[in-house]
Amino acid sequence: MNTMMASLKNLPQKPWIWSYLGVILVWLATVSFTGGLGGGAVITAALSFATFTVIVGIGQMFVITTGPGNVDLSIPANIALSGAVATKIMDGSNEMLLVGFLVAMGCGLGVGIFNYSLIRILRIPPIIATLSSSFLVLSTAIAYGRGLKIKPPAMLADFTTLQVFGIPVLAVVIVGLAIVMSVVLNRTCYGRSVLAIGQNMRAAWLAGINVERVRFATYVLSAVLAALCGILLSGFSGGASLNMGEEYLLASIAVVVIGGTSVAGGKANVPGIWGAALFMFMLVTMLNTFGASAGIRLIMTGLIIVAVITIAGGDKPQR
Amino acid sequence: MLRYLTNPKFLRSALPAASLVVLLAAIFYIQPRAMSQFGMNLMLQYAVPIALATVAQMCIITVNDLDLSIGPFVGLTACIGATLLTTNPLLGVLALAACIAAYAALGALIYWRNLPSIVVTLGMSFVWLGIAVLVLPTPGGTAPGWVKAIMGLKVPGVPFPIIAAAVIALVVHFALMRSSYGVVLRGAGGNPKAIGRAGWSLLKTKMIMFAAAGFFGVLAGLSLIGLTSAADAHIADRYTLYSIAAVILGGGEFVGGRVSPTGAVLGALTLTLTGSFLIFLKISPDWQVGAQGGILILVLALRALINRREASA
Repeated sequence: MNTMMASLKNLPQKPWIWSYLGVILVWLATVSFTGGLGGGAVITAALSFATFTVIVGIGQMFVITTGPGNVDLSIPANIALSGAVATKIMDGSNEMLLVGFLVAMGCGLGVGIFNYSLIRILRIPPIIATLSSSFLVLSTAIAYGRGLKIKPPAMLADFTTLQVFGIPVLAVVIVGLAIVMSVVLNRTCYGRSVLAIGQNMRAAWLAGINVERVRFATYVLSAVLAALCGILLSGFSGGASLNMGEEYLLASIAVVVIGGTSVAGGKANVPGIWGAALFMFMLVTMLNTFGASAGIRLIMTGLIIVAVITIAGGDKPQR
Repeated sequence: MLRYLTNPKFLRSALPAASLVVLLAAIFYIQPRAMSQFGMNLMLQYAVPIALATVAQMCIITVNDLDLSIGPFVGLTACIGATLLTTNPLLGVLALAACIAAYAALGALIYWRNLPSIVVTLGMSFVWLGIAVLVLPTPGGTAPGWVKAIMGLKVPGVPFPIIAAAVIALVVHFALMRSSYGVVLRGAGGNPKAIGRAGWSLLKTKMIMFAAAGFFGVLAGLSLIGLTSAADAHIADRYTLYSIAAVILGGGEFVGGRVSPTGAVLGALTLTLTGSFLIFLKISPDWQVGAQGGILILVLALRALINRREASA
């Protein structure tokens, strides 16, 4: 598809501004409903939960930015595997924390390499490649983590739930990560290459960019970030569970789209990921506060994603 | 003769059937007792809803889109089938028709705004699930008697799922591969520009294929409750992955309108049988999804090999 025409949108200069605007509006609606009660608690909770979506969202953003058809569907399976591996190796002891962390990150690295090899060697679309590898990864996680009921090490649990003046420390760390990744995207050779490939892969190739190496790095990056999310999530939620990654498939794609990154590729921004992740969480909180049932919450979440993508528009039709 | 048999084109089209035959042979070798009408019925009964969901997915893939919501959609139609369709048949039929209309509308929206179907359908998967939860908050309900009767049909000599699969494959084959409008529909995926210039409405092709997907999704939901007789909003969550995998196993290409209805149905049968195969091998069900992924990768690898040979020849 011709992605050059895609970037011509009538949206204002900074598309991510909308997600933050949404956060503020939803927060105001929630707080006015409760009469000012729990306004701070909502922000604390939103920051804690959005953190995990942001981690995988950044990886997904890089993948999606490399062009149409690129998407990482193996994130949920990857989260499940790294969470299971981390908790099992750490086995609740602080001494094994580093080993478990490294091995779990290594698993993520392996999944990323595997994903890319499928894309490259079998020449299959990334969606199918990451989908089939997610089958294998999920099975490995299920078989490995059977009956897993191990508490995470105290240090990991404390770190992931630590709050200073109502601000989760982990969220601050991940804001740092987001800033770093933003610099990587906009200021490094790798980041610029990702954007160039997304705009026009052939032009990028002709310009001398090693397209395959950049794509390789991108899929590995996404998988490693998913592994990181799995480890932190297992600490945060008091142990790994095999389905803890499930919601992050939609969430990772949704925050990328709502955050103003072009699904046609070649145009990305990191701040939007944070805005969108906070918005998604706040929205569910607001619906909860209003007393909406589970069904209504699901319908609203889905409709908002469809509405945002409809307004943002996709590729301009080719003539 | 040998030249014909090693022809890449022949190999590629024979791959779905060959994988099924190999798998079936392996099952019969390990467990000869499976080679009976009862055994086949038992192993293949869930192939019917999976095959229908696969055909639905194939309709979407034909027009270069992908449906990540077919699983929850089948779940929703199953919930409607087990509640409204039994208690108030007229309202139930209307609700199911509305589901199909919603699919057609999605197709129109995707075409009109040129949206990426993965994002739209991923969002819609939440909507379908949400409606299903509202329709049937807790697992239960009862399937209408006639649905159960159809799914429980016994034909002497041939297992019912095989007949059902053959009927599905034939109907879709003639509609999509043999009719003149079927060529236009596939062309809308292969070369939309050419189809558009030839004066066909691309909006219409998109809407028809999405409506067809909705229709087969409804059939999948109904056939599923015909087997389980009760429903649950999450009953078909896995069908999204199954359907995509089965289309690919069946030789469907991801883009360009190159699909094969017979292949897709064979792919669905293969996928269903992997479950039984693992049980006969006494492998833990933990590895069931993994084995399906493994078979998918294996078939894709074989296809890549054939394609490479074709390119070098």
